[in-house]
This record gives sequence, structure tokens and C-alpha cells, in this order.
Amino acid sequence: MLQFTFRRLSLFFFTMLLLSLLSFSLSYFFPGDAIINLSGQVNASQEELALLSQQYAMHESFFSQYWHYLLRIFQGDMGISMASQLPISDEIANLLPATIELSIISLILAMSLGIPLGFIAAIFHKRAIDNIILSFAIVGYSIPVFWLGLFLILIFSIQLAWLPSAGNISLLFEIPHVTGFLFIDILLSNSEYKWQAFYNALAHIILPASVIAIAPATVFIRLARSAMMEVLATSYIKAAKTKGLTNAQIIYRHAIRNALIKMIRHIGLQFSHLITFAMITEVIFNWPGIGRWLIESIYQRDYTAIQSGLLVLSSFIFIVHIITDFIYATLNPLARENKHGS
Amino acid sequence: MCMKILHFLKFWPVKLLLSLSSCLLLLGCDSQDTGSIHTKSIVYCSEGSPETFNPQLITSGTTIDATSKQLYDRLITFKTDDNSIIPSLAKSWHVTRDGKKITFYLRKDVAFHHTDYFTPTRHLNADDVVFSFNRILDENHPFHQVSGGKYPFFQTVKFTELVESIEKINDYTVRFILKRPDSSFLTNLATDFAIILSAEYGEQLIKSHHKTLIDTQPIGSGPYKLKEFRSGSFIRFYRHENYWRHPVEIEQLVYDITPINTGRLTKLLAKECDVISYPIAHQKIIEHPELTLDSVTSYNVGYLGFNVKKPPLDNLLVRKAIAHAINFQAIIDIIYGDKAQLAKSLLPENSWAYTNKASSQEYSRQLAKSLLEVAGYQQGFELDLWAMPIQRAYNPNALKMAKLIQEDLAHIGIKVNIISYEWNTFLRRLALGQHDAVLLGWSADHPDPDNFFTPLLSCEATLTGGNRSFWCNKEYDDLLSKALATTNINQRKKYYAKALTIIDKEIPLIPIAHSKRYQARFKNIQGQILQPFGGIDFSHINKISQQQEGDN
Repeated sequence: MLQFTFRRLSLFFFTMLLLSLLSFSLSYFFPGDAIINLSGQVNASQEELALLSQQYAMHESFFSQYWHYLLRIFQGDMGISMASQLPISDEIANLLPATIELSIISLILAMSLGIPLGFIAAIFHKRAIDNIILSFAIVGYSIPVFWLGLFLILIFSIQLAWLPSAGNISLLFEIPHVTGFLFIDILLSNSEYKWQAFYNALAHIILPASVIAIAPATVFIRLARSAMMEVLATSYIKAAKTKGLTNAQIIYRHAIRNALIKMIRHIGLQFSHLITFAMITEVIFNWPGIGRWLIESIYQRDYTAIQSGLLVLSSFIFIVHIITDFIYATLNPLARENKHGS
Repeated sequence: MCMKILHFLKFWPVKLLLSLSSCLLLLGCDSQDTGSIHTKSIVYCSEGSPETFNPQLITSGTTIDATSKQLYDRLITFKTDDNSIIPSLAKSWHVTRDGKKITFYLRKDVAFHHTDYFTPTRHLNADDVVFSFNRILDENHPFHQVSGGKYPFFQTVKFTELVESIEKINDYTVRFILKRPDSSFLTNLATDFAIILSAEYGEQLIKSHHKTLIDTQPIGSGPYKLKEFRSGSFIRFYRHENYWRHPVEIEQLVYDITPINTGRLTKLLAKECDVISYPIAHQKIIEHPELTLDSVTSYNVGYLGFNVKKPPLDNLLVRKAIAHAINFQAIIDIIYGDKAQLAKSLLPENSWAYTNKASSQEYSRQLAKSLLEVAGYQQGFELDLWAMPIQRAYNPNALKMAKLIQEDLAHIGIKVNIISYEWNTFLRRLALGQHDAVLLGWSADHPDPDNFFTPLLSCEATLTGGNRSFWCNKEYDDLLSKALATTNINQRKKYYAKALTIIDKEIPLIPIAHSKRYQARFKNIQGQILQPFGGIDFSHINKISQQQEGDN
């Protein structure tokens, strides 16, 4: 396990190194002055710029510049947004939790829909129910996210007026910002409308979370189906059958557990897809998350924000990968022997 | 019962799933309940962020809508039904016979906002009035230069040149001394721009060295006070508990800033907004059982302005050719539908100074071509037409309008490039005169006809940025000042008719349409929000509860 941990940590280290190097070099690749791209100080005077380039060591070697860049990132200073002139670290701290919250809820939704359906399909392999689930998976996987989002808004917001179409909570509720995770903040707040706010936030998350969940859910269906079929074909299942266990006993006690372990790594892999879907969905549903912010930054040519936003988002996805790898390794000793990182 | 079923399902993920989904179902039902916070609050979906919270500093309608009648009061105000001037903070006033001294007697019971950042110790008195107007008049006033030192409305009506001084007679009496009588002085004081600030708050900010906060964290005496503002996102107001006029019914007023018009309509239909500005799909709103569409005939004009300083538009014949080449009736039909009428002059028909002498240019491509030939541009030329990026009542879709004009002008050999920027950039670049022609408009701040002539086309307004044609005509300016110097309505009518003829002859701009301003709301929101002049007003608004609504 120690060797496994070490391998993962070194992988983490080198990936982060490359990511930060890429992010740093972007300030040179983007049009305009590198120091302005790095700091976001678009309105700075000549003197201020001179002071900034001293702070950023712009006249020294690239290595030294990169080193200073890293030091500032570790101090939590990512410059200011060119568009809003607010510190980027503050903006990210405000927005990232909203995206994480949305993604986690979507992931739970996708898993709780996809995995059981996949298992059912595998158990009823080559029967009508299997075909129905598989066709649902293919249809779900082919629907474009933005189309589905607009379609759901059309039905549930405009026609039926059941669910809100924008934002993560009604503006009427004033929830103090503590953790950034809205549901936790609501429960922490001492507003007299706490539970109203909670239900309101829940009503707001249903549509975007369903939109994000649908594609990963269909992937989970197929993965769970094949994982289950693999397990059902193994010799220990056959042994269990010959022992005279009923089908239900075999599936509950043996098959599901072993198939689930295979799923855990895929959940980590699906997470990056999920974030991509979340970014598009955030734009459609006006969700105050980092995806919408990043896309708006691209529209506004806010290079400082693009650079730091990409760094933070990709590090976040990578950290999730590492964590799921660890969980997988803890649950499945066989994986630890795997020599090559993936 | 539920738990018993769960007990039979031994495997935990299934249990978890079932209990989770049942939880979600239960919660889902509860979330349908609108609950009490919604009955005491109103969400207004507006079209843009205000630039500042002080209407003295701007002329933009979006900012006026968000600030003027919500946060502040004026000395005097307009009565909604007949546009006469009625008391507000001043309970009465007196004008001397020569028209040069105007004395206001103030109310004694007007409380300022009590907020997180300011606690008033006294009620409104003469000091506040002197403080507010001296900020505009006196260059040595501690706040004159704060936020740029520009007061566009007051500059265009030549307020500084008109007012000799403001005197505090006693704590509740203020006297304005004018250099000459001016028939529009009282109407100017009743507009959304002539608001009263708190002098005590000013002193506090001077002590704490945060003078700029006076325009971003406002204190007024209006029906609502500012709680929170996030640019591009929302404005949150709370009611002013000690509002002098009447108790305010609504506890919380939120402006949900939604620049996209389909977004506003969606939010209305999804019940996220109670009221929306500038709605689209009027028929859909009228057919909806719970919604209603309001409109007022506003004093406004949408126009095509020419930069007369830039060749070839400095040539009158070219401007005339363009005026003949565009099919304005088609534009009205396509862009406005039945929401506007074709403008025959700068003034809308319901203004008392309107005369139907001034005629719009007839549509004739032949005539336009021959005019261009005479001007020496038979080969045609390129023209940069700037289309404003936002929707306004006077121009709901400037880009589409620009495309129609582009097509019309292509027939006489003029190649039109359509240009648009984000709104603030657009205005800034316009003021620099970078455009050839521009699609823009004007909403009057008060019913006096001078409010169309002076801010749009006077020489003075070329400096303050209101006159984007940069057209400056001595004769026209003389007529305007003569019209202001007299109180004889018939005399004024004659002067304004002459001014209209000059515009018609010189064509610094072509008036296109006078529109109605629309707003959509739920039927349970009661009271008049839209006003015929200037900004919207939430002070008399009430929201009747679900039950009462059910009875309706």
C-alpha cells in the first residue's frame, strides 16, 4: 500500500507541475502583455505596472518567473479578474463550491439511476427488459445536454411552472456565505425561512442535476451491466449455484458486491465528463458556478480568469481521480499490485 | 409501513435508494408550497444593472428605474393623471411675481433610511436640500467632484447658469434665487433627477474618508432602502419602516437583473419573477390566466441620428437622401407591431406643443438616388451604423432595425456596416463621436416639451454627450431659450413649432417611432408601477395573498 501511495503521489506531483507550467505559459500565449495577463491589472498606470513586473520577477529568467508564479499561487494570489477587477481566488472560492455541490448531487443521481438499471439489465440478459434498458441508455447518451436542458425548461418551467429555470435559490432568501455549499449554508443559517429556503434550493437543483446526470447515468448502465455479466460468468458464482443458493441470494450476497467494486474506478473517470456537462448546464440554468464563470471569461477575453480557472478546475478533477483511486485500492487489494499508474 | 417494506429489502444500496427517493418526493411536494416569504416580497426582473445609485449623476433609464422613486424623494412631484405638480417633501411653495424667487416650505416628519451603514439622528430639514442641490451647483462642495463631477441632466437644462443661489431661510424653509425666470424650473425639480440626499450622511462619510460611498451605498428618504447590490446579478431593497408618506406594504423588493428578454419571460412563466420589464410575446402573456400586460404611452422617441461632423453626413443632401431611402412604415410594422406609432416629429402627438405641420419624409428610392447624385455620391459610400445593444421601449430591437436600414440603403448604393458594443462602451464611444449614424432614442423625464428639444439637439448637449448628432444651430438654440423665458403657453407653442421645422429641414436626426412602454406582471400584484414619465415606482404596490387571489 505504501508503494501504491508513493506512486500516486509522484504522479500527482508531476501532473500538477505540468498543469501549472501550462497555466503559466498561457500568459505568454494569450495576446497582450504577459504581466497584464498574469495580474489582471488592466487599468494600472505605468508605475504600477513597473512595480508589478518587479513583484512578478518579469525581468528575470523564465524559470525564476515561474517560481514566483508558483509562490504566489501557494499564497492564494491568482491576480484579479480583468472583467470584474475582483480577486480571482475570492471568485473561485465563491463559485467552485456551487459547482461541486451540483456535480455531487448529479453524480449521486446518476449512480442511483444507472447502476441498479445496469444490474437489472445484466441479470435479465438478452430478455425484453435488457433491451428496453439498453435502448434507454443509447437514447440518453445521444441527447445533447443543451437540448435536454432547454427541453426540460420548456416543459417544467414554462408549460407547467413547477420548477424554476434559473439560479440555485430564489433571490428572496438571504443566505450568509459560510462554506459556499448552499445546502450546508442554509442549514447553518438562522433565518426564520430556513426550511422554505431549503426546499426552494432543492426545487432549483432538480432540473440542472437531472440534465447533468442523464449522460453519466447511461454510461453507468452499460458499465454496471458488463461488470455484472463478468461477475456472473465467474467460477465462484457457478460454485455458489451448485451449492444450491437461490438466484436472489447469489446476486445480493456475491454478485452485486463484486460488481460494485469494479464500478468505483469508473465513477472517478466519469467525474471529468460530469464537470464538462455541468459547465454547459450552468450556462443554461444560470447556475452561479465556476463553469458559467469560466465560459463568460472566455467571452469577455478575461485571460487572467481563464488561466487560473483552468488550473483550479483541472487540479480539482485530478484530485478527485486520485481520491477514487485510493478508495478503489483500499477496497480491492488486487489493484495495489498494478505497477503502472493510470 | 414504509419501514416495513424497507426491512424486506436486505441489501443496503436498494434501501438507501428507496429512502432517498421517498425523501425527495416528500420534499418535492413541500417545495410547491409558496410559503410566507413570497407573500411579503416582490421580485422584479429588470433588464440591466444600474451604473450608480444616485440619479443626479446619470440619465439612463435602467438606473432611474432602480433608484429614483425607490430610494429617494423630491421636493415636488408630478400627479400621475394630469401631470400637474403636487407637493412632496415640500408641503407648499411660493413663486414671486417676477418668477425669480421660489420658496419651499418643507415637511417636518420625513425620516431618512436607517441601515447597517448609517443611523440618522434627525429628520429631513433645509440643510439636506441645500446640501443636495449645492452638490450640483457649487464646485467647492465637498461632494461635487466625487463620482466624476458630471450632472448630465442638470447640465443640459443649464441648471448652474439658471440658479443664482440656494438659501436656507430657517430649518424648514429653503429659497431658490434664479438669475432669470424659467418656465421649466419647477418641472425640472419634479423630475427623477432632483432627489434629496442626507447631509448628515455626507458629514459621516467626510469624517470616515469614504466620500464615494454616497453614490454606491445610498441614503435617501424613499419607500425602500438598499440592502445589497451585486452588479449583473441582483439588487435587494428592504422597506423603509418610517416612510413618511404611508406604510410600505412590501417587506423586500428584489431586482433580478436578467438582460436577455427570453430569460425574463421564462422567469415570469416559471413564477420566479412577479413583474418583468420590457416583455416579449405579448399575446402569450395576455392569454395566460394569471398574468396581465400593462402599458403606458410614454413620452419617448426612437430615432436615427447622424453624426453631422463626419463626412459625408455633414452634407445635408446625403442626410436627406437617406431619409427618403428608408421605408420607415415597414420598420414600424416589423419591429414594433402595434406597440408604437410612426413618429411625425421629435415630439409625440400627446404633447401639448405638438403641431402636425412638420411632416416626415416620404419614402422614395428614386428621389433618394437623385439627391445622392446631386451631392456627388452616385457611387455610394460606406456608412457605420451603430445599433444600441439593449432593448428599450422606443427601440425594442435596434440590431434588426439596423439590418432593415442596411437593406434599404443598399438599394441606393450605400454600404452599411452594423456596429454594436456592450452598452456602457457603446455610450462612451458615441460620446467621442466615433459613429457615422446611430439608432438610439430618448425617454422624456418630464412632460415639458423642452425635455425633447434641449437634451437631444442643443449646442450645450454636444458637450455633455446627450446630443450625439453634434449638430449645433444658433437659431434653434435661440428659439429654445425664448420658449423657456416665457410662461405664455401659446407663445411657447409657436417657438417649438419653429424649432420642429428647423429639425425637419436640417435633419440632424430622423425620428422613427414613439412607443408604448410595456411590463408584464402577475395579477396579484396591485398598484401602478409604470409611470408616464421617468422611472417605475414600487411605493404603492401591494401583493394580495394566495387565498384572496383564489377568490378573484
